Amino acid sequence: MAKELQAKIHASAFSVFYRDKQALHSVTLDIPERKVTAFIGPSGCGKSTFLRSINRMNDLVEGVRNEGRMIVDGTDVYDKSVDVVTLRRRIGMVFQKSIPFPKSIYENITYGMTLTERKTKAELDEIVESSLKRSALWEEVKDRLKNSALGLSGGQQQRLCIARAIAVNPDILLMDEPCSALDPISTGKVEELISELKDTYTIVLVTHNMQQAARVSDLTGFFLMGKLIEFDKTRTIFTSPAQKETEDYITGRFG
Amino acid sequence: MQTFTGHIPYSKKVLGFFAVMVALIATVAILGIIVGMIGDFIIEGGPNITGAFLTEFPRNSNTEGGIFPALIGTTFLVMIMTIMGVPIGTATAIYLSEFAKQDSVFARSVRFAVNTLAGVPSIVFGLFGVGFFVQFLGKGLDNATGSSSFGDGSLLWASATLAVLTLPVVIVSVEEALRAVPRELREASLALGATRWQTIVRVVLPNAVSGILTGSILAVGRGAGEVATILFVGVTYSAEQLPGSITDKFMHLGYHLYVLATQSPDVDKTLPLQYATTLVLLALTFTLNFSAIFVRSRLRRN
Repeated sequence: MAKELQAKIHASAFSVFYRDKQALHSVTLDIPERKVTAFIGPSGCGKSTFLRSINRMNDLVEGVRNEGRMIVDGTDVYDKSVDVVTLRRRIGMVFQKSIPFPKSIYENITYGMTLTERKTKAELDEIVESSLKRSALWEEVKDRLKNSALGLSGGQQQRLCIARAIAVNPDILLMDEPCSALDPISTGKVEELISELKDTYTIVLVTHNMQQAARVSDLTGFFLMGKLIEFDKTRTIFTSPAQKETEDYITGRFG
Repeated sequence: MQTFTGHIPYSKKVLGFFAVMVALIATVAILGIIVGMIGDFIIEGGPNITGAFLTEFPRNSNTEGGIFPALIGTTFLVMIMTIMGVPIGTATAIYLSEFAKQDSVFARSVRFAVNTLAGVPSIVFGLFGVGFFVQFLGKGLDNATGSSSFGDGSLLWASATLAVLTLPVVIVSVEEALRAVPRELREASLALGATRWQTIVRVVLPNAVSGILTGSILAVGRGAGEVATILFVGVTYSAEQLPGSITDKFMHLGYHLYVLATQSPDVDKTLPLQYATTLVLLALTFTLNFSAIFVRSRLRRN
């Protein structure tokens, strides 16, 4: 991997077990800052498990256990001194099923901010506007901020979830198959958004859709049965993969 | 080539017909019983329900007059019971659904206890009420404070006893409602840096309001009709006035009915009163149950 890129997230011999079943086998990789890093692979290959380990969402699963180290900005996130709430505030996450809170559009955006600090109405207004603008949703919703977010279309809801995540000003954005429930036009908008956001955020994207990885990411990792088979520049992965499994997968021979 | 024609054997046809008939008769019989029973109460009791009946005190050893104090007593009882039982039940449900490890010994024990509690005959709760609330807590309070108002059956202890009885109803329906809140909503909240508790207060509970409400209404419906439970802990067969404090005794619709039917000097004379009281009690519990169903279906649609 190119040396000039500084590693934002560094996993070293990282393994995850669900009770007795090993879901991730000793994954080691560096995710660079302000790039889009995509993980591809068939269902159950461990890519989501890896993603959810970065902001410790996997802690919620009963019987989960980790080995190895997951280092974000030089700190092992599984270290005892780490406050998981603060960690998650710095690492935004967008999920496959875009569920806004059953509140207004405005309240959805301010949810994360109002958890810790009191902000004035003007400050909140400003952040709502800037978050919605950055998620390319402002023009569509600016006149109905007080309406329920559940009235938005699927694509708008997913962009709202992105706006909600960036409103708390994280520096990493994790996206777990953010477009798998969207139509092609909404997918296009979200992908465009991802390309714009990478100037500000380190983005880690899990996707089922290989074309999506090829379109938006700078680096791609291929997972298979809990192992990281190959991790390289996206162009390299899709044009001249080093591993036979990777080639088989991207040419559609299985998966 | 395959064909789809052919004869079902005669014996199987007879058996099928017979099975359908049995099911039909059973259904009609149950419907008939319900319609007949409620119809009888409406026809016999309906005309006796007047403004005076609902707003007057019983007179002449419960053989004349109305049911006002029993109506008020039942209302107070159920209200205090709700105030006591619903928060505790909700808290337990929150613990079971949000905090407990699902297969831990403690969570399993609590669940087992709740299920067992639901199956205990109501008279046993009544005895528990006497032993624990009146004798132990009440007498203990009296001894500690030097008063004499707690060591006897009262609205307070009857409500507390009923609250224990209805606890399983609250716990089960609230827990069900909490579990129905999508995991994605919890995760979205946690991923934004909310603590577990913030997630519960801001996301989970507002989404479970319908369940908490139905749980409370079902509990109230169950509690409003219970007589055996309160028999020893504060209900009285006649009262000169309405209960003025929670340590007073009170009259109750269900118990009043029992008194009318068995304790009156002239039972036949009180028959119209019995019908009318039964109808009021039925109307009360039905209304509560139907409003629970209504609330649930409305909130589910939203």
